[in-house]
Amino acid sequence: MVIMTLELIFFLILALIAVTTALGMLLSRNAVYSALFLVLNFVTVAVFYLLLGAPFIAMAQVTVYAGAIMVLFLFVIMLLGAEALPATQVLPWQKYLAGGLAAVLALEATFIFLTRARPAGEITSPDASINTITNIRELGNRLFTQYLLPFEVTSILLLVAMIGAIVLVRKEKRVH
Amino acid sequence: MVPVNYYIILSAILFTIGALGVLIRRNALIIFMSVELMLNAANLAFVAFARAHEVASGEPFFDGQIFVFFVIAVAAAEVAVGLALIVEIFKSKRSIDVDQISSMKG
Repeated sequence: MVIMTLELIFFLILALIAVTTALGMLLSRNAVYSALFLVLNFVTVAVFYLLLGAPFIAMAQVTVYAGAIMVLFLFVIMLLGAEALPATQVLPWQKYLAGGLAAVLALEATFIFLTRARPAGEITSPDASINTITNIRELGNRLFTQYLLPFEVTSILLLVAMIGAIVLVRKEKRVH
Repeated sequence: MVPVNYYIILSAILFTIGALGVLIRRNALIIFMSVELMLNAANLAFVAFARAHEVASGEPFFDGQIFVFFVIAVAAAEVAVGLALIVEIFKSKRSIDVDQISSMKG
């Protein structure tokens, strides 16, 4: 019983950090601070994945999201010198309207999830007896058997994205 | 024990903050980061449902995790192309304020 309560307390602290960092990302004036808040948010979500018994996804989250993607973001922010934009608000009322609509969206999403999807039951974190290596090996097996076609399509998608990015930033040659 | 509902509510809150970021921020880079936050919230719901299924059935269940793996791969591809587009827009407009990008306004 004590351990169960401890797990809940741990969840609540992490949830608080996740929401705070998301709000920090949303509200900070400087884009670099936003990016750093988002890194912290991604790391917190990675800890959630560990609690949910998904060690491989947690590590992928840290390396791909918090590592690669956010470094790319920070690089572009500093390359463009776009840390802070001058505050020009074309539609001053739009912020309040968006806030109201977002509150409606949050209530609606929570309501639909809780009433329609009926996610009954409780989540327990896997205990230390679960073998992480076997877990990841099984994940790899599934990826290369049952999900082979989506996996190959993903590799083509990454190739297309890479070519697309190169073509976009390439210098145009004048053709006469 | 943590009820699945708590994870789902957390996911909904994170998604809403992301949507709010897309609506109220004018910096194209921060709008893009908010999109990443929304993808992340969806991933959290995926893994939470997968774990709930695992706990309920007592057998390992990997499909949710594999979906999250694909979402992460797609997000990486999306970021590469999106940031290239933002750099191009900055080159031609000297700004990434989305209010300034209104050439097609009637």
